[in-house]
Amino acid sequence: MPKQLKHSKVLIVGLGGLGAPVSLYLAAAGVGHLVLVDYDHVDLSNLQRQIIHKTSHIGQEKTVSAQIKLQALVPELQITRFNQRLSKTSLNNMLSDINVVVDCSDNFMTRFAINAACVENGTPLVSGAAVRWKGQVAVFLPAQKHSPCYRCLYNNTEDETETCSQMGILAPLVGIIGSIQALEVIKVLLGIGQSLCGKLLTFDAYTETWRTLKLRKDPACPVCSQLITDN
Amino acid sequence: MSIDVKFFASLREQIGKSDIQIESTDSLTCAKIWAQVCNNAPLPSHILMAVNKEYAVQSAPVQDGDEVAFFPPVTGG
Ligand SMILES: [Zn+2]
Repeated sequence: MPKQLKHSKVLIVGLGGLGAPVSLYLAAAGVGHLVLVDYDHVDLSNLQRQIIHKTSHIGQEKTVSAQIKLQALVPELQITRFNQRLSKTSLNNMLSDINVVVDCSDNFMTRFAINAACVENGTPLVSGAAVRWKGQVAVFLPAQKHSPCYRCLYNNTEDETETCSQMGILAPLVGIIGSIQALEVIKVLLGIGQSLCGKLLTFDAYTETWRTLKLRKDPACPVCSQLITDN
Repeated sequence: MSIDVKFFASLREQIGKSDIQIESTDSLTCAKIWAQVCNNAPLPSHILMAVNKEYAVQSAPVQDGDEVAFFPPVTGG
């Protein structure tokens, strides 16, 4: 197991459908320290896709439920739990010694907050999302001058979109997207391979169609554009 | 000119097709293509667009033979 992984600290926001495979694979692969962020409790309706939680953990905090499973898998794994809603301050405090942030959250507001904190701190962000038949993954490396950020893709409005609990999702789809996120985290930590930075990988499970879109840094992005000092 | 328009995921379901070919003599942008296919319905701000597999904004110009793809927002986890 590579030493770099053992000495890495990865923050996972959301211990739901995506956070489950992400945390399990990162723990199994040898990442030494996971910071688990989720304010929610395990519900029976989660178990169909959130494979880290089990029936006997219904009602427990998701971070506690996940910790039990992860530490059964890797007893020496270091885990830090955070069971509150994220604020700008709490995020910035957490990011000081984090190597990669994995966004497994389920709404735009949290995603924008995580992105802003990662840009501010120069922290790599592996972003994944899935609902119904569709999933996507992107990697943002804010320390690289030409890396786009999540906010370059989406406007910051209050509109909310479909959530898995309302719209449903096929369990294996979050497994696929979460597994790709875990893969990208390991690549970023080890500095190997070609990362998805500057690209958005999309998957339509209904038609089994994968697409990779080339992304661009938005020169007018209110979050990352002020960091551009020259061309 | 002729443009290949593609719709993914829930947009494919709403529009009922994954692929539409449109012909036009006017100059086109992503937003104009959306309006033409969707009977002038407004283009929601969270729809992602790509011209020839590159991220594009609503006002991005489109040329003959281009492929324009529309993706619904995905935020669930
Ligand atoms: Zn940006």
